[in-house]
Amino acid sequence: MRSGSFLLIAASLGFLFLYAPILSLVVYSFNDSRLVTVWGGFTTKWYGEVFKDTALVNAALVSLRVALIAATLATILGTIAGFVLSRFGRFRGRLLFTGMVTAPLVMPEVITGLSLLLLFVGLEQATGWPAGRSATTIVIAHTTFCLAYVAVVVQSRLAGFDRSLEEAAMDLGARPLKVFFSVTLPIIAPALISGWLLAFTLSLDDAVIASFVSGPGSTTLPVEILSRVRRGVSPVINALATLIIVVVAAGFLIASLMMIRAERQRRRDEQKALTGK
Amino acid sequence: MSLAQKPKVPGAAARAPWTDPDAKPFIRIRNVTKKFGDFVAVNDVSLDIYRSELFCLLGGSGSGKSTLLRMLAGFEQPTSGAIEIEGQDMAGAPPYDRPVNMMFQSYALFPHMTVAENVAYGLKQDGVARAERDERVAEMLRMVKLEPYGKRKPHQLSGGQRQRVALARALAKRPKLLLLDEPLGALDKKLREETQFELVGIQEKLGTTFMVVTHDQEEAMTLATRIGVMNQGQITQVGEPREIYEYPRSRFVANFIGDVNMFEGRILVDGVDHAVIASEEAGAQIRIGYAVPGREGDPIAVAVRPEKITMGRQPPAEAENVLSGVVEDISYLGGVSHYRIKLASGKRVRITQTNRDRHEDPITWEESVFLSWETPSGVALSS
Repeated sequence: MRSGSFLLIAASLGFLFLYAPILSLVVYSFNDSRLVTVWGGFTTKWYGEVFKDTALVNAALVSLRVALIAATLATILGTIAGFVLSRFGRFRGRLLFTGMVTAPLVMPEVITGLSLLLLFVGLEQATGWPAGRSATTIVIAHTTFCLAYVAVVVQSRLAGFDRSLEEAAMDLGARPLKVFFSVTLPIIAPALISGWLLAFTLSLDDAVIASFVSGPGSTTLPVEILSRVRRGVSPVINALATLIIVVVAAGFLIASLMMIRAERQRRRDEQKALTGK
Repeated sequence: MSLAQKPKVPGAAARAPWTDPDAKPFIRIRNVTKKFGDFVAVNDVSLDIYRSELFCLLGGSGSGKSTLLRMLAGFEQPTSGAIEIEGQDMAGAPPYDRPVNMMFQSYALFPHMTVAENVAYGLKQDGVARAERDERVAEMLRMVKLEPYGKRKPHQLSGGQRQRVALARALAKRPKLLLLDEPLGALDKKLREETQFELVGIQEKLGTTFMVVTHDQEEAMTLATRIGVMNQGQITQVGEPREIYEYPRSRFVANFIGDVNMFEGRILVDGVDHAVIASEEAGAQIRIGYAVPGREGDPIAVAVRPEKITMGRQPPAEAENVLSGVVEDISYLGGVSHYRIKLASGKRVRITQTNRDRHEDPITWEESVFLSWETPSGVALSS
């Protein structure tokens, strides 16, 4: 069983490499010492501190609000873009349009952030809007770059879409708009949901673009954490990070369980249909 | 609802509307052409279809049959020509404004709706009230024998059940014309045969005009009141199944429908009520029971179906329509046997014989045989 033990060692090392840093973060969040790297006994007091830290809580709320709005806007606009990309066939400038929609995927975030900042400043000088940097400007910025991801997800879903479903709906008397809302949209809904989740996560994660376009009253959580870490890592941040990990892991677990259950149900149904009863 | 019945009984065909010069066609397709860029998919097709017909468009892939169907549904607009349904010009009418419904080859059932919701979809678009809608859905499901399955989703059904849901959904709005695109194509052989009869039964019960597109000639023969054979965007022949099989008007139709032996030759005698054709391929003179188009010396082909040829060891009494050759291959299928006979010219002739008697001394490989057929069995084809 030499190859078996080799695989075991390789897998262990791989997982260690991936999870050791996260594990140490979780462990040190229970460290009863101001110094992050020195173990001073077990405590849960930092978790209480997290919720007493109003700046941190506010930043988290801003982040959540921005992510919710940006993900929703990006999903709406991205769906329209994805629809156009997959449906309009070969129109003049299609390649250019595709490139322009998907460019933010590969654009360095620093450039996206900087260019948006310049745009906002220029707009403010010309029209008076937006007045300074705020949550609004972050929402606009995040919508812009999340849109590209949603568009790609929707486009790839529509590429495998059976057009005869839409033709059948039209044949049965539905006008094009009705066809879209009663047939197309419900069928591609899973792609929209995963697009929304992707946009939500991306917006929640982003520190670089947000640090360009956020104002004094509207710091997002990643920006806040980054600025604090510059002054030295506090155990409060460790506790906060642990909380985020727990929430994300729980969400992931629930989503996976739901998917597995739905898959099992579908298989059982198909089996039933094949055997006839 | 009018239940104008088409004559399905043999012998009643004389009363069929397409043989009646005063009958008014229900659907008129006049000089319809459809081009996609430079490609001509449908080329100047004219066709009349009568109420309560079950018309089959038969053709290979790329023959334009599906494009013609899609033009009737309104998914494509003709490049030129007109389509009329019950005297109404359909030019520019979108699919959702036509008294036509379609059953798709892929069935195109909405995966996120139950069977009942699928069937109700068209009625909902028409604003049919809830109570009437439910009633009509129940009636449709009863018709296709799927009553207990209303609450299921399409993926919980077998292929045959899905096909029936698609049929129920397409018929729920009581269309004037139902288009069926390869309706049985996705079913296995046994199920296909059962479904063919069910389909004809439903069509006769409702009296709806059906137009079926298929590439399967057997399917077309079983289902159709009339068949339109399509090739390269054109309708090459329209007629009742028997007419198409027994009197093909071109080499293409003769070859496409069933098996056929084709002898190329030239017109030797063109009489008033008969013709004689000299065929080197056949190594004999062939007599045709009617006057053929063309002049003496013109090239012409004679088509003879394999089951119309008789085979024997002794030469028959007649002098015409007699060929001789050697048995090259036999396939015994129980009820019938297929023989392949090689003529002196190298031409191979296929023969089908029913095994009526238990021959003690059957004709076997390498035997010399004489082939013959009755004069009315041969069909002369100039195109």
